[in-house]
Amino acid sequence: MGPFTIFPARASAAAGEVDALYTFLCVVAVGMTALIFICVFYFAIKYRRRHPDDPPPKAIHGSLPLEFTWSILPLLVMMVMFAWGTKLYFHNYTAPPNTLDIYVTGKQWMWKMQYPTGQREINELHVPTGRPVKLILASEDVIHSFYIPAFRLKHDVVPGSYRSYWFEPTEVGRYHIFCAEYCGTNHSDMIGLVTVMSPSDFENWLTGGSGGSMKEQGEKLFSQYGCVTCHVTDREGRCPSLRDVFGKPVVLDTGKSVIADESYVRESILNPNAKVVKGYSHDVMPAFEGQISEDGLLQLVAYIKSLSPPTLPAAKPAAPPPATRSSK
Amino acid sequence: MSTTLPFAQTETRVNYLNVEYGWKSWLFTTDHKRIALLYLFSITAFFFVGGAFAVGMRLNLLTPDGMFDHDTYNKLFTMHGVVMVFFFLVPSIPATLGNFLVPLMIGARDLAFPRINLLSWYLYIIGSIIALTAIVEGGVDTGWTFYAPFSSTYSNSNVIVSALGVFISGFSSILTGLNFIVTIHTMRAPGMTWNRLPLFVWGHYATSLIQVLGTPVIAITLVLLMLERLFHAGIFDPRVGGDPVLFQHLFWFYSHPAVYIMILPGMAVVSEIVCCFSRKGIFGYTFVAISSIAIAVLGFLVWGHHLFVAGQSLYASMMFSFLSFLVAIPSAIKVFNWTATIYRGSVTYETPMLYAFGFIGLFTMGGLTGLFLATMAVDVHVTDTYFVIAHFHYVMVGGMVMAYLGGIHFWFPKITGRMYPEGWARFAALVVFVGFNLTFFPQFLLGYQGMPRRYAHYPPEFQVLNVMSTAGASILALGYLLPMIYLTWSWRKGPLASQNPWNAKGLEWEQAATPPPTFNFDHQPVVTEPAYNYSGVEREVHLGS
Repeated sequence: MGPFTIFPARASAAAGEVDALYTFLCVVAVGMTALIFICVFYFAIKYRRRHPDDPPPKAIHGSLPLEFTWSILPLLVMMVMFAWGTKLYFHNYTAPPNTLDIYVTGKQWMWKMQYPTGQREINELHVPTGRPVKLILASEDVIHSFYIPAFRLKHDVVPGSYRSYWFEPTEVGRYHIFCAEYCGTNHSDMIGLVTVMSPSDFENWLTGGSGGSMKEQGEKLFSQYGCVTCHVTDREGRCPSLRDVFGKPVVLDTGKSVIADESYVRESILNPNAKVVKGYSHDVMPAFEGQISEDGLLQLVAYIKSLSPPTLPAAKPAAPPPATRSSK
Repeated sequence: MSTTLPFAQTETRVNYLNVEYGWKSWLFTTDHKRIALLYLFSITAFFFVGGAFAVGMRLNLLTPDGMFDHDTYNKLFTMHGVVMVFFFLVPSIPATLGNFLVPLMIGARDLAFPRINLLSWYLYIIGSIIALTAIVEGGVDTGWTFYAPFSSTYSNSNVIVSALGVFISGFSSILTGLNFIVTIHTMRAPGMTWNRLPLFVWGHYATSLIQVLGTPVIAITLVLLMLERLFHAGIFDPRVGGDPVLFQHLFWFYSHPAVYIMILPGMAVVSEIVCCFSRKGIFGYTFVAISSIAIAVLGFLVWGHHLFVAGQSLYASMMFSFLSFLVAIPSAIKVFNWTATIYRGSVTYETPMLYAFGFIGLFTMGGLTGLFLATMAVDVHVTDTYFVIAHFHYVMVGGMVMAYLGGIHFWFPKITGRMYPEGWARFAALVVFVGFNLTFFPQFLLGYQGMPRRYAHYPPEFQVLNVMSTAGASILALGYLLPMIYLTWSWRKGPLASQNPWNAKGLEWEQAATPPPTFNFDHQPVVTEPAYNYSGVEREVHLGS
């Protein structure tokens, strides 16, 4: 990448799309700038005052047709930008079903990645080409932002709830990861590398050492924190069964229903009384706020997810990921 | 600067400058023109303080590994932002040129509340001294945006003192806005109908609306931030049920409209200059006037475009994106109308007009790159990168500072009674234009290549563009020092100005002496013609107001 290249490396399916839209915007912007510059220069030179006592020019008070023309034409062009940008934004932030889920925790000033199969890395992310990958983003302290310029994507990483986005890598290579939201002293060192690999290389990489899959680690925590005594998995106990719950709607005692996604599971662990399932009492489960690390929480989420094996991809995520953060 | 309080040796007429001498006559004045000068000297000082921080930042960014440590750099960009936004840009044109000219332009003796006007300057000074204390005590490192929970819990710098300084200076802004609104409503001269109001006054009216309605929100936000930091109130901290994104909503609810506080007065100045040096009335007066109000109103509805990657609902983002495109229309209307005003004019190229040309070009670029940020899928990539930095510097520096310098030159004879050296001034305008573009255009490229903002160190592939930007910044710095030097010189030694050296229309030129006396006019002005009646063709009959 030379200093004067317009486009950085393109390594995801979204990158080309964003670049196409950007190119359209550049064409419009350069065209408009040229139009204004040329008009101003041409008028300023052509209509310059040639003698100090030239008579004053005639007044031109305005023109309604012109005012409407130069309001409505730009508006129409802008609506193209709006529609195109919105469509692509919704696409880029709405994950398809059956993604490879990777769990990312940001803390001052490093990124920790965990894979469902148990691998963990610091400031390194390995992903295969040709497969949609979803990042579930958590922060242990302040707001960060997980930014991969080669994918043209970023999302803020906000403490207290999960954010996520997805991408489909297309080009093998190594690309920057930047923290894009200022997070304190070593913000500019909170950088890393994403390695895009061919699917077979990725499979090999995954078989490398791990201390048990995320699911297994989550299961350990599940018994360690005593969850298993109430949340028995095969029948209804004092608390709702967690089998085949993830990703599906649950009815709350308020009569509303929510999708049991990552954010809901997280909130239910930390603050169980916030959204209680219909038919169950408040204050049965203790709140785990401040007792489980963000990494541990992600492992628990992965375990609970594994209790609901993906069936047919019928249940399309009802709410797009960024919209799912728990609102009070 | 305060040591060079202006006086003129040769004027015979009594004017607002020579009517009284001594520090008391300045510090206890209620004359809007003297208060404007108090503001002028104070914000000029802050402009150079903020500029010094920028010099430090650009030096650091010459090399990928920087010359300062991280904390120093983080404080530099924070203090650059805080000083430039709250202590220079927000008061820049309204508190100086606006304060000086709004009463003169509508034919009033002073603002409606002269003592509140002085109070507003004192509040500004108290706020700025507190902010300076924070700087001297070791600075602040949160970024000018003060995002929680970093600012409320994690930062170890002087957050509370800085926030307090900004909080107090906010009241100065509210009081100035209030004063303008009441003055413009109640103190217009006979015949000065709303349809004859100079566009400078329309622009300040719109600005004042935002100041009065928006500034209280940032005040509340900063109070919440201080409560959170002092008492851990749990408003923004998720561990006790708070929401960190709430801070961003509250912050941008003021700070996006505040962007319009920082550009509407610039547009107001440019409308005056373009008409004068084209010797022609403004094209589409009503559209230019109403577009200021439209910007002020729509500006309150677009804050969410700062949160496209923060996690607000996709549908909320969609509405904010749509409204952000809408707010571009009134700005576009202004640019087209200025261009049409030059058409078939009788154009001369005095320094103010050069700055107005610069404003039109650079504001156009700043505005158009704003559309990139309103386009959500592109914003996801470029937000929090140098693209955003370049965009808002094109608007704030390419736009507002250009207009400010243009306005200072245009009304310099009226304010000081003396002329500035035209050759030097034209040269400086050119230096500013070249230096500005060299500084900030490379940042668009850096941003799209993915360089995040607020980075003390950066990967080496970004170096070439950063070196260009730093080179541009040194040229720009020269461009700002030149006017500082020759304007100071002209204030004492420049040739005396006539009452209306530009043959401009407007009460401040046609009816008020140069410099004006304390109560502005010897006789109550009566307005009998529309604004910018340069052609003098259409003398309408005045029927009273």
